[in-house]
Amino acid sequence: MLKKRVGIEVSLAVAEAVKLARAQVVSAYPITPQTHIVEELSTYVANGELDAEFIPVESEHSAMSAAVGASAAGARVYTATSSQGLALMHEILFIASAQRLPIVMTVANRSLSGPISIWNDHSDIMSERDIGWVQLFVEDGQEATELTIAAFKIAEDHRVLLPVAVNMDGFILTHMIEPVVFPEQAAVDAFLPPYSPAMRLDPAKPVTMGPVGVPEVYMEAKKQCEQALLDSKAVVKEVLGEVNTAFGRKYDLVETNGRKKAKTLFVTMGSLGESVWSAVDGLNEDGEDVGQVRIRLWRPFPVKEFKKACKGAKRLIVIDRAMSPGSICGPVAQELKNIYYGDKDAPEIVDVVAGLGGRDVPVADFREMYRLAKKGKLDKTYTLWGVDSNAD
Amino acid sequence: MLTDIAIDYEKITAKNLPKECMISSGHRACQGCGEILAMGMVTKAAGRDIVVANATGCMEIVTSPYPQTAWKLPWMHVAFENTAAVGSGIEAGLKVLHRQGKIKKKPHVICFAGDGATADIGLQALSGALERGHDMLYVCLDNEAYMNTGIQRSSSTPWGATTTTSPAGRQSKGQHTQKKNLPLIAAAHGIPYVATASPAFHLDLMNKVRKALAVDGPAYLHVYAPCPTGWGLAGAKSVEIARLAVNTKVFPLYEVIGGRFVISRKPAKPLPVLDYLKPQRRFRHLGENDVAAIQRSVDAAWDYLERLAKATGKDEE
Repeated sequence: MLKKRVGIEVSLAVAEAVKLARAQVVSAYPITPQTHIVEELSTYVANGELDAEFIPVESEHSAMSAAVGASAAGARVYTATSSQGLALMHEILFIASAQRLPIVMTVANRSLSGPISIWNDHSDIMSERDIGWVQLFVEDGQEATELTIAAFKIAEDHRVLLPVAVNMDGFILTHMIEPVVFPEQAAVDAFLPPYSPAMRLDPAKPVTMGPVGVPEVYMEAKKQCEQALLDSKAVVKEVLGEVNTAFGRKYDLVETNGRKKAKTLFVTMGSLGESVWSAVDGLNEDGEDVGQVRIRLWRPFPVKEFKKACKGAKRLIVIDRAMSPGSICGPVAQELKNIYYGDKDAPEIVDVVAGLGGRDVPVADFREMYRLAKKGKLDKTYTLWGVDSNAD
Repeated sequence: MLTDIAIDYEKITAKNLPKECMISSGHRACQGCGEILAMGMVTKAAGRDIVVANATGCMEIVTSPYPQTAWKLPWMHVAFENTAAVGSGIEAGLKVLHRQGKIKKKPHVICFAGDGATADIGLQALSGALERGHDMLYVCLDNEAYMNTGIQRSSSTPWGATTTTSPAGRQSKGQHTQKKNLPLIAAAHGIPYVATASPAFHLDLMNKVRKALAVDGPAYLHVYAPCPTGWGLAGAKSVEIARLAVNTKVFPLYEVIGGRFVISRKPAKPLPVLDYLKPQRRFRHLGENDVAAIQRSVDAAWDYLERLAKATGKDEE
């Protein structure tokens, strides 16, 4: 059966997905470029199209705190933020995962101040790598829609019970009008049953949530949370398979395109991957031996799947969207250097930190990166693209 | 703005005093702790159908060292500054679950936080929650400093008190600012119910809890909670000092119902503030002139309260 395909701003598509997922509590504070999502959700609630409590909190710190409270009460909870807002939530993000609360949050990725910038990069989420959340990156509107719904299913699975952050690039994805095919409500209901909490704040069965972790138990508690995060990988994979069955499109933890078994691979995360894809297609047409690996699941990092996708590659050109000042390269390249450390057939990893603070990275730039890398002219540690000189 | 609010509640008297405390014994509070005493009274008045959000602080620490818990109520601790926001979320969650028929009855939500968590770091979250109108009770247990971290001053520490970060010294009388008036700040939000209470007047405290839970919308209860450890006071003197605070007018008991100020207790023969200050080591360094200054400030505050009661009371219309 052909479903209706509509042209819609991706933010509004995400709001529609949250409505289809029947979120019961939305707590949110406005920050560009996340605003359109929560504006739309508040409109749904105002019109009675979504039976939820919309809590217009006074800060992102309270947005996450209220989300924690509502989730502990047993409700399906959604919030969205960006940049400074995510940074303000920082303290509570760790507590949300430690208390095993399946909150779903869209992060409309935006650079962190200073200097203040409303535009896109990944510096907000890269400062939150260790919060213990499942972290996904999406590339387009259809994926943003479907994985927002899937995020609830992953989070609420009793084998997981962890919050999930769905990352999407601010403006360059959130504010694009893209063609999206929405699943029917009945299909979503069948895919995502009502949230059934493992425990909740109920006077009939009192529980103590968030007790003091004395030194004798603190490390075991941390281990349990990490184990849950590591174990979530299998559930993410399983749910992505169910998305395929229910809604038709196929997703995996990491995906590849371009020439098979290419010697050089671009590594991307997020919507810049689409520009790289175009560049790779063009380079393949020119006969170049290059492909691309796109990371969809960032936490837990799918080590095995990533290495499998890169098998045989001699060089990885990593497109990082954030800096890690004082370290040797950007955060994604750090991750990859870590996972390959000690491997005999480890590929050379060259890191390009590109497109910070909304700086445009056109398709031609990726072709140029490839050309420089091929000639060994890209710094093997890292290049701040367009700022550091790599002239040959 | 004044609103007439009729509060329908079951009054507590000496004859029907609720006996069930929802905080079990064996918790690790100090001897004579005014906070745990008051919190126990709140739970006695509130009953079983309660969900608690607790700020980081003494009460969280002493009641929840995993794997033990003193709580017989569903209880959640998240962080220091966000209890009002956590309570907001719990309230909203329970509200929607009740509306959708997922739970039969919507329990009341009570937030507990100390003065630092309320007057300083959590003031924004509190203001937000009160302004949004969540149907919950926020209880500030005011022991006038950051006791959990070692008796540092807060904006609720009274003038002249020595603390570890407002120490009395050759150049200082200790805390050099006046105590922030949290009940008035809460009342400024136009919420239906605000009150002050003291564990030395337990019936008054418990009935205020009942009223706070009976109104629709946010309620704020500011509870005076002596800290023998932080104030330099014998544990056995805790309730006595709480009574003296009221009878010297240092801590007036009053309600603000729909904007109308009602003084709960007017001491017929108020005692001098010196009676209150003298047993406490935190005021030991003060001289005669300082005590006189405190007396003037206490009298002025009482006068202001009486004017508020007169201006907003029904009799004057």
